[in-house]
Amino acid sequence: YLIDHAAFRSRCCIIVSRAQYSTVYDHNEKTFDKILIANRGEIACRVMKTCKKMGIKTVAVHSDVDANAVHVKMADEAVCVGPAPTSKSYLNMDAIMNAIRQTGAQAVHPGYGFLSENKEFAKRLAAEGVSFIGPDTHAIQAMGDKIESKLIAKAAKVNTIPGFDGVVKDADEAVRIANEIGYPVMIKASAGGGGKGMRIAWNDEETREGFRFSSQEAASSFGDDRLLIEKFIDNPRHIEIQVLADKHGNALWLNERECSIQRRNQKVVEEAPSTFLDPETRRAMGEQAVSLAKAVNYSSAGTVEFLVDSRKNFYFLEMNTRLQVEHPITECITGLDLVQQMIRIAKGFPLQHTQAEIPINGWAIESRVYAEDPYKSFGLPSIGRLSQYQEPLNLHNVRVDSGIEEGSDISIYYDPMISKLVTYGATRAEALKKMEDALDNYVIRGVTHNIPLLREIIVHPRFISGDISTKFLPEVYPEGFKGHQLTATGRKELLATAASLFVAAQLRAQKFLGDLRVSNTQQERRSWELCVELEKGVHMLGVSRSGATYTVEIDGDKLEVSSDWNLASPLLTVTLNGIHRTLQCLSRNAAGEISLQYLGTTFKLRVLSKLAAALSVHMPEKVPEDTSSILRSPMPGTVVAVSVKAGDTVAEGQEICVIEAMKMQNSMTAAKTAKVRSVHCKPGETVGEGDLLVELE
Amino acid sequence: MAALAAVRRCRVLLHGAVKSSFRGSPSQPRSYSAGRLSVQERIERKRQAALVGGGQKRIDAQHGRGKLTARERVALLLDPDSFVEYDAFVEHRCSDFGMEADHNKFPGDSVVTGQGRINGRLVYVFSQDFTVFGGSLSGAHAQKICKIMDQAMLVGAPVIGLNDSGGARIQEGVESLAGYADIFLRNVMASGVVPQISLIMGPCAGGAVYSPALTDFTFMVKDTSYLFITGPDVVKSVTNEDVTQEELGGAKTHTAVSGVAHKAFENDIDALLNLREFFNFLPLSNKDPSPVTECHDPSDRLVPGLDTLVPLESTKAYDMLDVIHSIVDERDFFEIMPNYAKNIVVGFARMNGRTVGIVGNQPKVASGESKAPIRYQHLISKLYYCCLDINSSVKGARFVRFCDAFNVPIITFVDVPGFLPGTAQEYGGIIRHGAKLLYAFAEATVPKITIITRKAYGGAYDVMSSKHLRGDVNYAWPSAEVAVMGAKGAVQIIFRGKNNQADAEAEYVEKFANPFPAAVRGFVDDIVVPSTTRRRICRDLEVLATKKQTNPWKKHANVPL
Repeated sequence: YLIDHAAFRSRCCIIVSRAQYSTVYDHNEKTFDKILIANRGEIACRVMKTCKKMGIKTVAVHSDVDANAVHVKMADEAVCVGPAPTSKSYLNMDAIMNAIRQTGAQAVHPGYGFLSENKEFAKRLAAEGVSFIGPDTHAIQAMGDKIESKLIAKAAKVNTIPGFDGVVKDADEAVRIANEIGYPVMIKASAGGGGKGMRIAWNDEETREGFRFSSQEAASSFGDDRLLIEKFIDNPRHIEIQVLADKHGNALWLNERECSIQRRNQKVVEEAPSTFLDPETRRAMGEQAVSLAKAVNYSSAGTVEFLVDSRKNFYFLEMNTRLQVEHPITECITGLDLVQQMIRIAKGFPLQHTQAEIPINGWAIESRVYAEDPYKSFGLPSIGRLSQYQEPLNLHNVRVDSGIEEGSDISIYYDPMISKLVTYGATRAEALKKMEDALDNYVIRGVTHNIPLLREIIVHPRFISGDISTKFLPEVYPEGFKGHQLTATGRKELLATAASLFVAAQLRAQKFLGDLRVSNTQQERRSWELCVELEKGVHMLGVSRSGATYTVEIDGDKLEVSSDWNLASPLLTVTLNGIHRTLQCLSRNAAGEISLQYLGTTFKLRVLSKLAAALSVHMPEKVPEDTSSILRSPMPGTVVAVSVKAGDTVAEGQEICVIEAMKMQNSMTAAKTAKVRSVHCKPGETVGEGDLLVELE
Repeated sequence: MAALAAVRRCRVLLHGAVKSSFRGSPSQPRSYSAGRLSVQERIERKRQAALVGGGQKRIDAQHGRGKLTARERVALLLDPDSFVEYDAFVEHRCSDFGMEADHNKFPGDSVVTGQGRINGRLVYVFSQDFTVFGGSLSGAHAQKICKIMDQAMLVGAPVIGLNDSGGARIQEGVESLAGYADIFLRNVMASGVVPQISLIMGPCAGGAVYSPALTDFTFMVKDTSYLFITGPDVVKSVTNEDVTQEELGGAKTHTAVSGVAHKAFENDIDALLNLREFFNFLPLSNKDPSPVTECHDPSDRLVPGLDTLVPLESTKAYDMLDVIHSIVDERDFFEIMPNYAKNIVVGFARMNGRTVGIVGNQPKVASGESKAPIRYQHLISKLYYCCLDINSSVKGARFVRFCDAFNVPIITFVDVPGFLPGTAQEYGGIIRHGAKLLYAFAEATVPKITIITRKAYGGAYDVMSSKHLRGDVNYAWPSAEVAVMGAKGAVQIIFRGKNNQADAEAEYVEKFANPFPAAVRGFVDDIVVPSTTRRRICRDLEVLATKKQTNPWKKHANVPL
């Protein structure tokens, strides 16, 4: 066993370093000829990659706006299944069934979301003799229902959360149940997975509000408005166990994933293994997970989610009967290709490994890179066209699962995830360092993204020490996320880089090729006196140049900045007093304004010559728009409801309208008590970010 | 930062510059007579007086309005220590109305003139001094401007005017008017010989406006500059309209409504720094080639995003600026008239370091001022996105003619369903205005590269730098449709009264809604993969760098003005 394990490990390490799997793809093992992937984006691409390795032909389905999407290009065949809204395309079972018939696909991989946990879909596939790459209908149904799943879990001797109750009919009943359990309580959709439609209430009023929102969201996302209320565990960690079970009664647990870093109950950063679990707890959780899987005759990959309290008590939360978003980190530490395992299992092959052969090799971290603005409630969706896009694949031990490319549109119709950025290392520290580099080297232009937040999380002392819970973000950033806070050294590094970049650009502007009319008598400058504005502070800098190295003097300190000063590259690799840093220059204009992404956060600087800075005191100040009486849409989306009309008086904090984007509802409230001057939106209308919604007097 | 200290610092700096040039002249032996010494003193005194213009009080007032002084502006615009001043000793010659009094004489009068360098390249500059008689134009003032314009034409270097003037020097009467005319004549003579740029940094009213109007580019400073023939008071008395200076002739009016100005900037500093950047795109004269700067952007860079940019539905919009930004060097595009006739995009960029002029239809923006009957409005908005109309034709034509005059190659991105229909356009003279753009493209002899990204319908196809108008290299993307008109309209005419319109439409689309009809006739040279467009353009420009083409001799052509 020991020798086996070591061999496994060494093979795994070599392969993982290339972001691959230790799994051998045995082409003699006959699975399917053709698989249809009933999904889009990164997960569709992810599944297709394995299919290609296994020699299986792939069929993509897509909505009309996705006709040029990466997953469509990657597939051997593609079928359009309807217009952009998911209910008419990716959730359109009739169209997908037609696509299956039309292409002769023998099996369907549903990915996650959409139809992945839809028993109706699984049934219809079974009726036509098409394999569903996932568990059977019974398991989907049993685990898909929050109430039933808990009963089964209890019976299988799995720890469950106290205060568990039944289906909720109306707001009054919600309040009654909540009081029975005792606050705080959590309200969520019975049918929903993840954090969607989940709200926490601390009192009756919040219960009513939570009930209303959750039932609306449940109805629009799942077509099933049943709700569930249960005891909310304070300060919990979210740790989940990956299981793998075949159709022959064998089941394995593939260790845990720590998913505690969440915002609005959606995961942001995940890692495997968890810093918190000891081998005993891990085994106990793994064994309970396996026994639950066995209790429902589970086959395929699945995930059993637990809440773990500070005393390492763990409670069953739910079982996701599909491939999870964050599965790559499990693949990194175990060397298994979960999609390949799912396909094999669906075809009826037994598991290839025993529990003793499942290793934890090294450490893997996953950052979910989203097109969203992290400065607004840790992330409100943003849309746009990826005008420039470059994944940090030049780095070793980095895996990027994405379904977009330069030129792709992030639209309001689908999940705003750009990619899953996974880094791997022999130790956690190594994986984290790699994540810093990867985030610094990730070029995303055209949409607002959450790299500033991700980059801050992974270097936060609490995160590094493993002291995290699902409340990490609100606890660490009680005032909301404000970006990286510069240290004195950091400020100097940033100022020196900006000043050097400015001078490099100025010098290049004088380089006319083959032009005989450029002055010969004018002497080349060797030193500059500059004034740099950063975060309302003004700094006088002296810059002198020797070759590609600039010496920058700031407040008596000297910094040496060298770089190749490639002004066309989005990445700016500099050496600052011997330390390598990768910054990104997001924009640079004639007026001296420079936007630099430094340690993930974008900083706006203005570099001016001493003369221009001295004269700028005379420039008139432009009066910014008064925003307290204007309500603008914080994100692109659809207006769901408008609760006021012109002439109404609203109280501060009163709801004015509700905007929905990417299945998320956002209640817009009044910033002050005032009379409504005019309303510029109506329900059903599409609005862009920054569009005027309502004006107050 | 203490405002006063800053001003003082800057004044010392300017003073220093002048002093150093003064030191260059042979120094006078100390043993000369007292009379000689007094000349020396007088020189020094006059020079000092020239530097402070209308005096500290008026300088403070100028600053108080959020404006810089004439000299501060020159110092910001030019490379440090490069300004060489002319005529600092010139004074006005008026002797009426007490103007002959010593306290009414200012060395240099109300304008600072000279030459200097922007990034090492020669430029002539005049900067009107509002602190001296409100920058009003005297005979001497005009004479100073004419002198540098004459020299700029002799040596072949651009002229930049920084306008900040209350108008004519009324005390001088017709002499002032003559001065304007002298400048106008030189503006016209220099047109097409050296680039002329006006930056309006204060008032510019009455006859004075015609000098900027005659120059190649007019820029404005937001909130502190305005241009009009007659001010709000006269407007009120003549037409009884109530209008503010800003509404009548502010930066917003002229960059978005009238099309008089080409761009506006936030304040004096922003404007001058941008002008330096803009200047780098321009050749020095009509005898100089389009400048080539050091470029870090690989000329063979592929742009994968372009392959999926044009939407599959031909009525759906996309942003032509996305195409332009991704193709040109370093996404650096200096757009001209970004807020006027937005259905056409024009501006300067570089390809492998060389300045090019870009013209592109903008599918994102509906053509303006459609006054079509309501029942046709839906047709207009759907079909006539990015049509050519009066304003866009004029905007495009003027830009193309500048490029042609100054050896700047023209790259044209075409997505045009035709000219905008409607009474407003016909009554407004779309025929003669559209002809301007046609004329400009046809007349141009600089390298012309054309890329048809999607629609190229009807007469508008011909106009947009087509092969037939001597396009040197004409490409079509696979999404291109070159045809007389869209399928629906065409089928309604060809198969009038027949029932199977849908089939006919499909047939038409199959036949004409693709690049082949143009490609088989050689009207496009190749059908290119969009992602390779940058690489192809860079190579073509290299080939076309030695292009020589001349039009038949003529006194001058007769463009349909």
